[in-house]
Amino acid sequence: MSTTAIDQTDAPAEAGAGHPSPEAAARTPSRRRRRTPLTWLRGGGLWNLAFLAPMLIVFGVFSWWPIARSVIMSFQKTNLISDPVWVGLDNFARVLADPNLGTAVANTLYFAGLALLFGFPLPIIMAVLMSEVRRGKGLYSALAYLPVVVPPVVAVLLWKVFYNASPDGVFNTILGWAGIPPQPWLQSPATAMPSLVIEATWAAAGGSIIIYLAALIAVPPELYDAAEVDGAGIWRKIWHVTLPQLRGILFIMLILQVIGTAQVFLEPYLFTGGGPNNATLTVLLLIYRYAFQNSLGGAYGEATALSLMLAVFLGLLSWLYFKLTDRWSTN
Amino acid sequence: MKSSRTVAAGIAALAMVGALAACSSGGSDGDGKLELRVATFPPGADQAAYDAFAEQEKQFEKEHPDIDIVGVEYEWTAPTFAAQLAGGSLPDVFTVPFTDSKTLLENGQLMDLTKEIDELGYTDKFNPILLEEVTGSDGKIYGFPRQAYANGLQYNRDLFEQAGLDPDQPPTTWDEVRAAAKTIAEKTGKAGYATMTSNGTGGWQLSAQADSRGAQLQTANDDGTFTSTINNPATKATLQYLHDLRWEDNSMGANFDLDWGSINQEFAAGNIGMYTSGSDVYTALVRDYGMDSGKYGLTVIPVEDGGGVLGGGDIAVVAPTIDDDTKKAAVTWIDWYYMQKLMNQDAAVADAKALAASDQAVGTPVLPVLDQDTYLESREWIKDYINVPLDQMTGFTEGIFDQSPVGEFKGQTQPIYALMDNVVQAVLTDRNADIDALLVQLDTDAQALLDQ
Repeated sequence: MSTTAIDQTDAPAEAGAGHPSPEAAARTPSRRRRRTPLTWLRGGGLWNLAFLAPMLIVFGVFSWWPIARSVIMSFQKTNLISDPVWVGLDNFARVLADPNLGTAVANTLYFAGLALLFGFPLPIIMAVLMSEVRRGKGLYSALAYLPVVVPPVVAVLLWKVFYNASPDGVFNTILGWAGIPPQPWLQSPATAMPSLVIEATWAAAGGSIIIYLAALIAVPPELYDAAEVDGAGIWRKIWHVTLPQLRGILFIMLILQVIGTAQVFLEPYLFTGGGPNNATLTVLLLIYRYAFQNSLGGAYGEATALSLMLAVFLGLLSWLYFKLTDRWSTN
Repeated sequence: MKSSRTVAAGIAALAMVGALAACSSGGSDGDGKLELRVATFPPGADQAAYDAFAEQEKQFEKEHPDIDIVGVEYEWTAPTFAAQLAGGSLPDVFTVPFTDSKTLLENGQLMDLTKEIDELGYTDKFNPILLEEVTGSDGKIYGFPRQAYANGLQYNRDLFEQAGLDPDQPPTTWDEVRAAAKTIAEKTGKAGYATMTSNGTGGWQLSAQADSRGAQLQTANDDGTFTSTINNPATKATLQYLHDLRWEDNSMGANFDLDWGSINQEFAAGNIGMYTSGSDVYTALVRDYGMDSGKYGLTVIPVEDGGGVLGGGDIAVVAPTIDDDTKKAAVTWIDWYYMQKLMNQDAAVADAKALAASDQAVGTPVLPVLDQDTYLESREWIKDYINVPLDQMTGFTEGIFDQSPVGEFKGQTQPIYALMDNVVQAVLTDRNADIDALLVQLDTDAQALLDQ
């Protein structure tokens, strides 16, 4: 980028901008340059645009435009053929009045809670243990990561076979060796959701373990040496060195998991279809049902309305989370 | 430096143009023929089915040289319908079950075919019960009923034999079904009886079983509204029956997440002794699910207390988005492919011959789309080609015309089926499910849908 071009246009642009307030002037570094279309062009802006174009078009066509359309659609009634009709907030009202919404929210919270309880600490523990192993670390990492390599749909369908509720199902056979009676797994409202969480934890742990392992490598070894000199054992080292050093990544992983579990769809959709008797109906599955299932596509408006509400909720949650943890997470 | 940047940007731009070009659709046929995309078979159909179709395609194109038929793999499911409709990739001609056609036509997602059906002279020929299924509240006709079935009791002759039961004497009352199911479960370890539970099919089959016990699930009022009467003694008896088979006899196996496809799969694999489904399911069981035809048995659903047999079927429809020329070709194809074989001897024989030559099921018992005499006559025309084991279906073929047919309830059919799914699931997965309370809730929820 040419600095002379900026220098040349600097003065008139600044003059045209009027008189900045003292605070603004204090905030703005005195060397800040104003940019005009001309400087942008001379500075190679077209080239930048040319290189950005593929990304802009791909994201625009396949992400941003659909997002914008779904926001619009949440205020419309459409059958995808005739012109959509604007219906104001009707879709939102109908979603909020649906008795299934309460069930879906409660189930999603239940899933998220269970996943947090088991799924969040497990990879940390595994990663810390694996980082202590001296031989065969690569093998353990590979084994831990293996479930992530299995395509999620295949994994769920495999587990569905394992969860066969008859006494000769895979898991029930294993339980039988220990003298435990066969469990209904997915075939009972009480055990269906925990069964989903077990699979989801298995499937997701590998990815998290790799991230934690990478973060653990970055912990300066001198800290451990110092702690050792001070007489700390392994647990005190983990508590006073490892976890505090990991907190930045822990905070990120936690919010990512919360966002991920709030959008759980694959497991309930493939394992149970939301059953038995709506015991595993989640918010995203409800959105799917609105759009594609029960109403045969008559309720795109409701589906997009609920999607929008979920997105806004998660956005607010993330914002709040980062506000609250801002003080602790950065060094 | 600059030249390499130019080259890189040029490549990037070219890549984009290429990608966008790939997104645009193919366009029309090069040789001036009109391209008509028609539904063929569900994914998984065997090659022989496609060979038979190719033969029929050739015959049609010979008679109609200006139309180029393109077969498209197709299976009716609600989610793919919505996605295909939105994406513009629906076949021009496809079939929809009665169960769903009412919702689609009320949503304005089917093409009005009143004029075309009138011009072909079919309006007065169709079985009036079936014609009503494809007529919207606006009085317009939205499709050609092309196949009708009655629900029947499907049973696995092999499991009957293994359990020491006579496969030629299938049960004729619900009590006999229960006893047979118990014997099969005890002797073979398989599910003696199973019922669909999910994706709306749980409600569909709960309807069929309750109807057979004399249930009236909904009443249509004079002002066009509907009143839910789903909470009635016959529905309750059906749920209690399922509960007892599940929890007292333990004769329903361990899998209670079954829909049309998965129950067929389990049945074809020999894991289910009996279940209720459409009488025409034999074709799919053998063609798509690999069932050994020697093990197949079909009889009528037991009918008690003035009950009737729930019928169904599917209709050939035209995508709502196509232009007039394509619509005209689509109607020509529907008439040729689906209709003529029901009423025209040459067409019926040609169709049966092509199917039989590729080892496809010919002669699966169905219900008359037109009138009973035409139907029985058409079976005479093709009797040399019938290759389904009719002697394993005599329970059905000899009993079905003595049963009184019942149609599906009309208001909010699919959404209410979805509500009924939950009740069936609750009864089969929760020993302490309170059937009375479930029915009260079901009735309230159904009425709320009807009042929308």
